[in-house]
Amino acid sequence: MRMDKSYSQSFEITGNNFVDAGKAATEVKMILKQIGINSDIIRRVAIASYEAEMNVVMYAKRASMNIEISQEKIKIVVADEGPGIQNIELAMKEGYSTATTEMREMGFGAGMGLPNIKRNADHLKIESEVGKGTKVEFVIELIKHRAESIEQ
Amino acid sequence: MTLNEISKFLSCEVFCGEDELNMEIEFGCASDLMSDVLAFSRSGALLLTGLVNTQTIHTAFIAEINAIVFVRRKIPDKDIVALAREKHIPLLGTPYSLYEASGILYKTGLISTMECISAINENG
Repeated sequence: MRMDKSYSQSFEITGNNFVDAGKAATEVKMILKQIGINSDIIRRVAIASYEAEMNVVMYAKRASMNIEISQEKIKIVVADEGPGIQNIELAMKEGYSTATTEMREMGFGAGMGLPNIKRNADHLKIESEVGKGTKVEFVIELIKHRAESIEQ
Repeated sequence: MTLNEISKFLSCEVFCGEDELNMEIEFGCASDLMSDVLAFSRSGALLLTGLVNTQTIHTAFIAEINAIVFVRRKIPDKDIVALAREKHIPLLGTPYSLYEASGILYKTGLISTMECISAINENG
């Protein structure tokens, strides 16, 4: 796949569908591999996307995940219809969670989702309206990392 | 250490990936929390876990875990094995508990992905 211009794709994620959970992030990973993005970056984008996808599956009704890849950056926007986040600052704390037993049985809901997205992204923006939904937007810079790998 | 050596140390049963047992494993991690695996594992690690479901396989694929060992004689169902095969992730099972299996591999010198001990030493 050539990367002369930007590339974008959208995925639908359905809430409470634990069987398909992880498919969008898997697709994202395959796309980045096909384009030939650096493997460390792929891992970071995949982990952040997967956490964002699991948040939708666990808490929201549905969401769209949009990935936009340009020469400079990879931007992912996950906009859901769901309960929204009451307190974003609290939700960003490692270990804070409102998860149910079912979510925990899947190995998630340990209060690491948003912190894990933040850890892997260069920029993270969360907008949420209680009773309506949440928009999580994160960016991973490509130029910065290219410069760093040249320095090494 | 190869996956085959790990399989012998832990008296493993192989559920899939029989052809890939000669792969090198550099690091080990053990957790039932997939978010912790995503946060703290490294590319190329072995995952020891008691969590047997499709999310274990998705997590391994996303986090670039090379192989999974299920502990305490837990057996993955055919959907889980099929997904692992598709993702080329060998699945093994050991009769040991998570604590015992981790201890056995740690004693043989398999490095942890988290390296908390070296962090403690560095900080005095």
